[in-house]
Amino acid sequence: MEKNKRDWPLWEVFIRSKQGLDHKHVGSLHASDAEMAIENARDVYTRRMEGVSIWVVESKYLHASNPDEEGALYESAKSKIYRHPTFYNIPESVGHM
Amino acid sequence: MDNIVDLEKHFQDRIDAEQRIEPKEWMPDAYRKTLIRQISQHAHSEIIGMLPERNWLTRAPSLNRKAVLLAKIQDEGGHGLYLYSAAETLGVTREDLLDDLHSGKAKYSSIFNYPTLTWADMGAIGWLVDGAAIMNQVPLCRTSYGPYARAMVRVCKEESFHQRQGYEIMMALCEGSEEQKQMAQDALNRWWWPVLMMFGPKDDASANSEMSLKWKIKRFSNDELRQRFVDMSIPQIEYLGLTVPDSELKWNAERGHYDFGEVNWNEFWEVVKGNGPCNHQRLETRKKVYEEGEWVREAALAYADKQQVLRESSQHVA
Ligand SMILES: [Fe+2]
Ligand SMILES: [Fe+2]
Repeated sequence: MEKNKRDWPLWEVFIRSKQGLDHKHVGSLHASDAEMAIENARDVYTRRMEGVSIWVVESKYLHASNPDEEGALYESAKSKIYRHPTFYNIPESVGHM
Repeated sequence: MDNIVDLEKHFQDRIDAEQRIEPKEWMPDAYRKTLIRQISQHAHSEIIGMLPERNWLTRAPSLNRKAVLLAKIQDEGGHGLYLYSAAETLGVTREDLLDDLHSGKAKYSSIFNYPTLTWADMGAIGWLVDGAAIMNQVPLCRTSYGPYARAMVRVCKEESFHQRQGYEIMMALCEGSEEQKQMAQDALNRWWWPVLMMFGPKDDASANSEMSLKWKIKRFSNDELRQRFVDMSIPQIEYLGLTVPDSELKWNAERGHYDFGEVNWNEFWEVVKGNGPCNHQRLETRKKVYEEGEWVREAALAYADKQQVLRESSQHVA
């Protein structure tokens, strides 16, 4: 087989499982263009009515946070417990709040 | 955390704490290699597995059976795609993976190197081959590598219909004429031992097992899963009124499991080495189909490039 053939680009697929819910990442696939990516996503990821809407984005346009910066990015939220409603003591007698 | 010892310890701690490992995170080279080998082997098995069933598509006994078989085969193609995508997150290309399959460097499950001689084989494959695959795959839904685990959740959801439609084919044959029942028994006789081989070599002869268990890529040993499969299958075989082609099979009350005879490991290794009844045919078919599709892949890219140019020039005008 000849080498150096160009692979079809990789696309990330997001599916809205039902009206009113967010699109959720379900996986990826190869396709030559966006139209084919959507058609392939239909065949690969919604054979059992798993979706009512499909988003595709070419993987090279997706930017991700660096796992090595986990500490710098998320650590500081840990100490801010006053951001949660359970931090505050409200007497039961005042009713639901 | 710079040195490799620390990195490896941190990695193993995360595995031990049941944390999933994700694509861009640090992992030992051997872990990455093991995953690429296992996931791609698994993907290859899904797509090569379409071939023995394809053999009966145009000869299915009713339109309903044909639609079901077609849906099952399409699922297997989908499983291949989920798994190739998971492997690609580890830094290999689809092209390389397929090249390794076509050159014979990469393996696929030896079960698909056996021929499908009668319609009953569609029953036996769905029920037993997919059944054994499920037994292997359910624990993989919790495997330590995130994209692999997520792909397996999807696969497992779809597999259960495969097994049930196969068993239903066997039930229909066993409730039919004497000849049909005989056909079902013959299929069971031919598939039983190769299916037990699907769980891989015995634990003491399995080279990759120990590390895979430590890294939680695998969750149970080959022999454990094989035993579970035998225990699960016997009542199903009895319900059909069929018999297992194993004179040593008997219930062991002390162990709470069935004892069963020794798999013919010579046959297993011969098939793995490429000398099974259909190895050559499967690979040739696969390569031929891939080569014949080359112009389609090229044409689609050429079309996409052209559309891109058209879009850009119309933007300039506007
Ligand atoms: Fe499958
Ligand atoms: Fe299946």
